[in-house]
Amino acid sequence: MDEPFVGVDAATERAIISLLTSLKAQGKTVLVVHHDLQTVEDYFDWVMLLNIRKIAFGPTGDVFTKDNLQKTYGGRLSFLDQDQKGVSPLLDVLLQPNTQWVLLGTMLLGMTSGVLGSFALLRRQSLIGDAMSHAALPGICIAFIIVGSKEMIFLVLGAGITAYFGTFLIQTFVKHSRIKTDTAIGLVLSVFFGIGIVLLTIINRSAGGNQAGLNEFIFGQAAAMVRSDVYIFTGAAILLLATTFLLFKELKLITFDREFAEGLGLPATLINGILMTMITASVVIGLQAVGVVLMAAMLIAPAITARYWTNRLSVMIILSGILGGFSGIIGTLVSTQISGMPTGPLIIVSACLLFFLSLFIAPKKGLITKAIHLYRLKKQTSEAQVMQSLYELHEEEPRAFTSEEIQDARPITPIMFRRTINSLIRRQWITTKHDNSYQLTSSGQKNGYRITLNNRYLQLYSMYELQFAHLPMEKMNWNFLSLPKEDLQPFDELLKEHDMEPLSEKGGGHR
Amino acid sequence: MSYAAWIIMTASLVGITCSIIGVLLVLRRMAMISDAISHTVLLGLVSAYLVTNSLDGLAMFIGAAITGVLTAVFIQLLNSAGVQADASIGIVFTFLFAIGVILVSMFARDVHIDTEHAIMGELAFIPWTTVEWFGLPPIPQAVWVIGIVLVINIVILVLLYKEFKLSSFDPELAAALGLPVVFLHYVLMGMTSITAVAAFDAVGAILVVAMIIAPPATAYLLTERLWMMFVLSAVFGVISAVAGYYTAAWLDASISGMMATMTGILFMLAFLFSPTHGMIAKRINNRRIRLSHKLRRFAVILFWRIP
Repeated sequence: MDEPFVGVDAATERAIISLLTSLKAQGKTVLVVHHDLQTVEDYFDWVMLLNIRKIAFGPTGDVFTKDNLQKTYGGRLSFLDQDQKGVSPLLDVLLQPNTQWVLLGTMLLGMTSGVLGSFALLRRQSLIGDAMSHAALPGICIAFIIVGSKEMIFLVLGAGITAYFGTFLIQTFVKHSRIKTDTAIGLVLSVFFGIGIVLLTIINRSAGGNQAGLNEFIFGQAAAMVRSDVYIFTGAAILLLATTFLLFKELKLITFDREFAEGLGLPATLINGILMTMITASVVIGLQAVGVVLMAAMLIAPAITARYWTNRLSVMIILSGILGGFSGIIGTLVSTQISGMPTGPLIIVSACLLFFLSLFIAPKKGLITKAIHLYRLKKQTSEAQVMQSLYELHEEEPRAFTSEEIQDARPITPIMFRRTINSLIRRQWITTKHDNSYQLTSSGQKNGYRITLNNRYLQLYSMYELQFAHLPMEKMNWNFLSLPKEDLQPFDELLKEHDMEPLSEKGGGHR
Repeated sequence: MSYAAWIIMTASLVGITCSIIGVLLVLRRMAMISDAISHTVLLGLVSAYLVTNSLDGLAMFIGAAITGVLTAVFIQLLNSAGVQADASIGIVFTFLFAIGVILVSMFARDVHIDTEHAIMGELAFIPWTTVEWFGLPPIPQAVWVIGIVLVINIVILVLLYKEFKLSSFDPELAAALGLPVVFLHYVLMGMTSITAVAAFDAVGAILVVAMIIAPPATAYLLTERLWMMFVLSAVFGVISAVAGYYTAAWLDASISGMMATMTGILFMLAFLFSPTHGMIAKRINNRRIRLSHKLRRFAVILFWRIP
């Protein structure tokens, strides 16, 4: 057989081998021409090494040696020791010029997509990036068919044209029919990708089966980046970043308030077109590194991560660019350290991990901060509730009250009640008489009075909302007691009217 | 049946199965969730392989289906944590898919899970993996799997038709009437997952997405009735499958790619020529309205001129 394992996948290879083994078991001899040195020892009992003439022949164990192989391949063969193959020291890798180019390339891609992704995110168009990257595939194929070579500049151009066309179709479908945005995006994405696959199979067939290397655009292959590619990316990245910088004010306006921008006399359609072109460009130049399928994440992840740390667009854009570039670097470095790890997915994973981290720990918007804030608020309210209940009970009868009596007035959860009581005792606002009953201290009475008064003011404020609409209570954290006297005057009158006045700071009187 | 007939049969079944959930997803504006789920299925397949260490069909099916539903849950979680909807879809599915790709290249290089296959599918191999279940003559396994999922989908749809209809068109009313809206959402996500998994191995992620979104979108432009939308989109799915197969055979190109292309062509035709929602019909209608306005104005002017 002449090279039966060439061009088949691993499963088929195993099937062929098991067939051959069963033939061997029947006493037949199988002669195979084979080039994969890794598997020789597993597959064959006897080996003949040929290079124009016979070099060696015999049982595999005797003949298949380094010396014989060197002779066969005329010394052009270098052996990798098993233990040297896996992890290589970081510094060595960094010093290789090829790695430096790839690093520079992925960093630039991360930066541009981070910067332009911010705009896409704020315009709620993140998934359009997904459609764009898929729609770029047919463009790459068509450019390859027309030009006939893998000249990066033409591929990028072709990709840009169909990606832009895809975006145009999405907008047309949404504008001129009742198709919704999500459907239009999914439709364009899958159909354009289908067309791309069709073209890809046609190219592969005519290019003689070596796939023309276009498949790398589907999953990305950053390692395949060469110096001339990086030149193109650098040029494109500088152009895109400079344009963003120069048009920052216009882009900002059109992102947040298009009508206002139009009212100011800005050419909204033109700027919108420029922004879409720029987003398309950043998608297209990212394709080689992370691939069609995952490109969307490069637009979304850095931008949304940055959104967690700032409310200012300018800061967000810079931060998002840095995060994108950082993910690019991390992904590339990790993939050089572990053999067989694909760069694109690693870049995406590091960008996403940065996002998840921010989702939790970011100040102000992070989930942890939110949870702490919520807990504090809960604690504050339950303290106020317990104090008001105790004060009102105290007003009727100045004695200690059991927790059931307090809970009857304003129920809260038992755990929260226990915590609240403990913290009130620590503040010496209440004292505990014997096991399960509590009484206000003198400072507790004062504070209880203040809390009760404030809550009743709040009650009145909600009852007569229109009358008090001018008071900036939300800004004052609903603290009515800090209002000036003349503002409190109407409140006090209303309190009397509704017979809701808390009796006195000392409390203790009977109602 | 012949080789071609089995392929067309499989693809048609995929078309019908996908169109059922597709109609619901398109109406609920959740079309992109199908894109997300059909991608994350890869992670499910790989994890199932790593856990069970075998390529057993059922384990993989369950693993992938669970991942599909988890995808929907994660998207929902991020969404309720304050991440805007489109971004949470985009970030969840790319993250899970990237992990899937990494796991494949780390642990599952040699087995029969390869990422390209997952995206593009390989319909041409389907007729060769046949099984003889229930004493029937050899039928391709893919046909069995998709057939079973189709039956499940139809049963669920028939049982919950009214509920799905109401919650798709008026979710607030449905919630107000006490329908289990969240439950329905996750039932639909479960249906989407098993459909994506079943169709995934046969036709690849990209045809799944195309078959879920394009035929229902086409039907949406042609009818106002829900049941008619189901019927039409199933029909369009089958037409795309048949036309796609023969075109692919003629051009010697990827079968699933060509079928996806066909779904797009059908949509374009409906978008341009639909009598009710087509661009051309709308334009003609606009012109007619404008003309009748002009005539009326003219008549009014004439009326006042008559002494």
